[in-house]
Parts: sequence; structure tokens; C-alpha cells
Amino acid sequence: MKKVIAMQDLDCANCAAKMERSIAQIEGVKSCNINFMMQKMTLELADDNTETILNNVKTAVRKIEPDCRLKI
Amino acid sequence: MSRNTKTLIRICTATAVVIVALVLKYTIALNSWIELAVFAAAYLTAGYDVLWKAVTNIAHGKVFDENFLMTIATIGAFAIGEYADAAAVMILYQLGELFQRYAVGKSRKSIAALMDIRPEEATVLRNGSEVCVHPSEVAVGETIVIRAGERIPLDGTVQKGECNLDTSAITGESLPRRIKTGETVVSGCINLDGLIYVCATGTYDDSTVAKILDMVENATSQKAPAENFITKFSRYYTPVVVCLAVLVGILPPLVTGNYADWPYWSMWLQRAMMFLFVSCPCALVISVPLGFFGGIAAASKCGILVKGSNYLELLAKVKTVAFDKTGTLTKGNFAVVSVYPQQNREEVLHTAAIAEQYSNHPIAQSIMSETSADVQADVTELAGLGLIAQTENDTILCGNERLLDNHGIDCPKADGGTVVYVAKNGKFVGYIVIADEIKADAKDAIAMLHRDGCQTVLLSGDKQQTVTLVAEQLGIDQYRAQLLPQDKVDELTKLKQQSNAKLAFVGDGINDAPVLAAADVGIAMGAMGSDAAIETADVVLMQDNPTAIATAKHISKKTLNIVNENIVMSLLIKFAVLVLTLFGVLDKLAYGLGMVVAILADVGVCVVAILNAMRAMLAGKRTKRNTLR
Repeated sequence: MKKVIAMQDLDCANCAAKMERSIAQIEGVKSCNINFMMQKMTLELADDNTETILNNVKTAVRKIEPDCRLKI
Repeated sequence: MSRNTKTLIRICTATAVVIVALVLKYTIALNSWIELAVFAAAYLTAGYDVLWKAVTNIAHGKVFDENFLMTIATIGAFAIGEYADAAAVMILYQLGELFQRYAVGKSRKSIAALMDIRPEEATVLRNGSEVCVHPSEVAVGETIVIRAGERIPLDGTVQKGECNLDTSAITGESLPRRIKTGETVVSGCINLDGLIYVCATGTYDDSTVAKILDMVENATSQKAPAENFITKFSRYYTPVVVCLAVLVGILPPLVTGNYADWPYWSMWLQRAMMFLFVSCPCALVISVPLGFFGGIAAASKCGILVKGSNYLELLAKVKTVAFDKTGTLTKGNFAVVSVYPQQNREEVLHTAAIAEQYSNHPIAQSIMSETSADVQADVTELAGLGLIAQTENDTILCGNERLLDNHGIDCPKADGGTVVYVAKNGKFVGYIVIADEIKADAKDAIAMLHRDGCQTVLLSGDKQQTVTLVAEQLGIDQYRAQLLPQDKVDELTKLKQQSNAKLAFVGDGINDAPVLAAADVGIAMGAMGSDAAIETADVVLMQDNPTAIATAKHISKKTLNIVNENIVMSLLIKFAVLVLTLFGVLDKLAYGLGMVVAILADVGVCVVAILNAMRAMLAGKRTKRNTLR
């Protein structure tokens, strides 16, 4: 399943790169691509447990850049 | 209130408090506790969030981020009694961060404005009345009403009305185009005058605008080598510099044996701190993709769609440009110029028309516009040769000289233009000369590429004479004629082997997909509405002018220059600060000032790199002006 999530207040490009790497390691995430300029995250997810996976993604984002919000 | 405004207010308040405190300190000497309290208040106003982030990040197991460094550096300043320095450094850091956020926001906005071709709404005729809906809610076959000044929301065919259409948002072409009933229009263009009724031929997701936006927005996910280098580099850079910082902080006192010398320790610890400040690769990581994104957006504004940062980088390195002739350098609007033998004109044309009646090749259409066919035929197409038509009574050959040669039919030689030979039942009937016009700016385009130091090659399926003529008129360096589609691929491979430089192929995207794929950069031209071309090519030119190739090359060069400038500048400054710190040059500065230098090397470089990267967005504008001159 492919999901595009809008992001808010993504300020630091290095953080975006860090998020990409850390989110890609979450179980159930097949791939993660963050477009820093468009503030968009494109996720490819396993089909079940979407809720849990997305929550893990949120936590990962918050850990790296506390100001950044996901608009799910 | 936006986040930036809040930060700005905090910075201003803190600065005011620091200034007042400094004035009081030097006029009526303050009690040292009051002094500490006042500066601490200013410090906390400016940087409480930095402290908080430092704490939470440590809780998440992340040490050595900027917040942590700022906290250590400023608390260190408080510890040695430099209260004013501590507050000032924090204020400056926040100001730098604010600038950086502002610059990023600004460039995001300008890019969004550059790509503002998305139609907001569509007026649809439903049950006789006009309804305003979002373009994505319009179904195929519905009728859309477009008034003067409105943007066309979906691709479609004009059912009624005519108007002048501003296609610049899609093609970059500034001259309006006259549109009449029956013609197709693409989304994103603006109706300048008149009222048109358009029948939607596709959904919003399939529309030209949606495809262009999708392509441009996702182009940066195809990373260029320069970008990959930076991503990799930054992954090693930070840990290496952090390790160096630890070594710088600990080794010298241990090696020199000054274990107990506290000022000596403090000096090296300070230097270590500077190292940590410079360890953030933000300027690099941000400016490279931003530069590419700016370049891609600028190109799309000129009607040039680049499918990825990597193609932009390749395009900048292209040294050989190979062209297809028909539809690329020439207009492809074939017209019958003469028929041999003249006295049998009708018969020759009519015979040819029987074979050509089902084809939508421009040559066929030019013949069909002269005459019509009244006999059904079973037509086989031989690529690069022509057609064989089988009717009830006759076998008709219609194609080039080689087709007739292959069938052992003698024919008189014709020269100039494209010649269609016609034979019926093994006997030569006559030939039709069809000429094609060279595009007005083709010569300029070749000249511009030569000025850029590019080799030009013409690869054509056309006859030797025609190709020679066109190549000589345009001043093209090399040319190969009479190539079948697969020959073109072979020729291209040969050209690639001749030199290591990158090679681009420009075609109209209709029958040269394999060649587009074989080239380092495949450029499809005049692709407005052609899905096939958009699929196969790496770079898509939305307009028909060959000068767009030179423009695309110019933009890519400019973008790559900017990206390289940024890489070199960031690395040089960071490296310089590291070396200066190591040799103690910056120690002579006051503690606060040294930190200022370190902050500038981090945030300052970042802001400069962002501003520089934004120049990539202007690359297209300048080129346009130059072309006009």
C-alpha cells in the first residue's frame, strides 16, 4: 500500500535524511522517501497493521525533529 | 501567530534585555547576583526550547546534536562568568536558525509559485446548468465551460467556440495560440478571450497538468550523483568530526603531560566544542537537492520537463547531441511539391493513395490531402522501406528507392526532398516529391549548442541527399542518412564508444523510443499531449522549438555550477574553521566571538548555500532574455 503524507514544519534537510533512514527500518515499512522541498513523505507499507506502523512512523519523526508534524 | 514571528519576538525581547543589562552594568555597577539573574532571563527567553530539545534528545539516546552543543557551550560560558556572552551566543544561534527557516520557507514558496499551474475548479454543464466542482470530480465526456481568463482544468476537445490560448504555463511559449472548434486543448493553459466549451477526454489524474506536477515534484527522488555523494559523505562526516572533537579535547593535555593544568584543558575543550559545531552537514544536505529542485522548477517554467536530478546533471555533461530530423529540426508538415511524370499526376497520386490511405504518417497525409482513395486494400508496412498494398486486382508498392530495388523494379532517380516511389504490379508508375520545411530556430539551436562546445550529429531515416542538404543548411557537424530505427541505435552506440562524454538524443518521441532509451539523455520534443514520449524520454520538451534544447542545457549547466559552488564553499569554510581552531587562531577571540565564528560556519554557511541554491530558479529567466537578444 502506498501512502503520501503531508508534513508540517520540516526545517532541517539533514533531519529529513535521518528520518528516511530511521523510518525505513520500522517493521512493515517497505520504503520511505521524504521530499524535503514539497514537505511530503511517501511510504510503502505492508497491508496489515497500518495503524501501528503509522504510529511508529510518527514516533520516529517526533524523536528526530520534535517540531515536525505529520498530517495523517 | 506563526512560529517564525514568535521566535522573532523572543529574540527581540532577549536582545533588548541584554542591551539594557549591559548599559546598567557599565553605568551603575550591578550586583553580581542580579546580573546573573537578568542575563539568565534573557538567555532562557531566547533559548528555552533549545535546552528542552537537548534534554529530550538525550532521553531519546541522541547526543551531539546542535541543541546539545548550544546548551553545553552556553552553560560553559555561564560557568566561567561570561553571562553576556552566553546570552548573546544563544540569541545569535536562534537568529541563524530563524534565517535558515525563513530562507527554506521562502524558497518553498517561490517553487510553489513557479509551479502554480494547478487548476482550482472546473465549471461543468450538468442537466443544462453550470456547476462549479473540483477538476477531479469531472467525468470523461462531460462538457466544461471555460471563460476568458480561466485556466483549462482538463485535457479535452473544443466542442464550441474559439479563443486565443496562452500556453506558456505548459510550453513556455509566450505567443498565444488560436484555438477553434474540433481542436484539442491541454489543461493548464489559460483562455485569454472568448468562451469555449470543451469535452473532457480524460480524468484529472490523466491530465497534462497532473502529470507535469507529479513529474516535477517527484523528480528529486531520482537522485543525481552529486546528491548521492553528499548523502553518503554526510553520513561519515558527522561521526568523523565528532570523533576528532573528542580527540582534540582529550589527547593534547594527555600527550603533553599537563594533566593538572586546568586552563590548558579548558582551551582544548573549547577547541573541541568548535569542532562539534562544525560537525553538522546541514548546509551540504540542504543546498544540493534545493539547487536541483530549483533548476528543475526553472526548466519546467520554460516548458522543459526533466524527470530527475540525475538527468539534469547528465545533461550538463552532454558533449554530443544527436538529432532526429523530421519533426525535430524540420516541421514535419510535408506537402507534395511535384509529381513525375507530370502528365500522369492524378494517376500517380491516386495509386499512392490506395496504399497510404490508412496511415497517419505525415507523408501519407500530405498525399491524402491531394487526392482520395476509393479502393479497399490490405496494407503491410515495412519499417524504413514503405508500404505494400494488396487490392483485389493489384499489388501496389509505395515507398523509397530501396523498396523498389528490393523488388527488382527500375526507376529514374529523383533528387531533393523526400521521394515516394510508386509501382503497380511490378511496374514503375511514377514518383512524388514531398518537401519538409526546416524550423525557423533550428539554425540558432545548432549554433547555440556549438557555442556551448557540443558536437552535433544528425541521424535520419531519410535519403542521403535530403539529409546532406538539411545538415549543410543548419551547420551540423556529422550526419548519417537512410537509417532504419535499429540502425539509429547502432549509430548511437558507436558514437558513445567514440568518446567518454555523455550523449543526448533528441527525437519527436513517436517512433524513436529505442533510440531515446539508448542515449544517456533521451529528449523528446513537442510532446504536448503525447503519452508515449512522456513515458520513454528523460527530458520532455513541451514546445516544438529546437532552441529549447540549448536552454535546457544552459539551465542544467547553471544548476550544476550552483550545486558545485555550494559543495565547495561549505566544505572549504568548515575545513577552514577546523584548521584555524586546531592551530588556535580562533583562541585569540573572546569566548563568545569564537562561538560566533563557529555558529556562522554552521548556520551562516547554510543560509548562504540556500540563497545561492535559489539562484537556480532564475536560470531559465536569464536564458530566455539571452535568446531573445
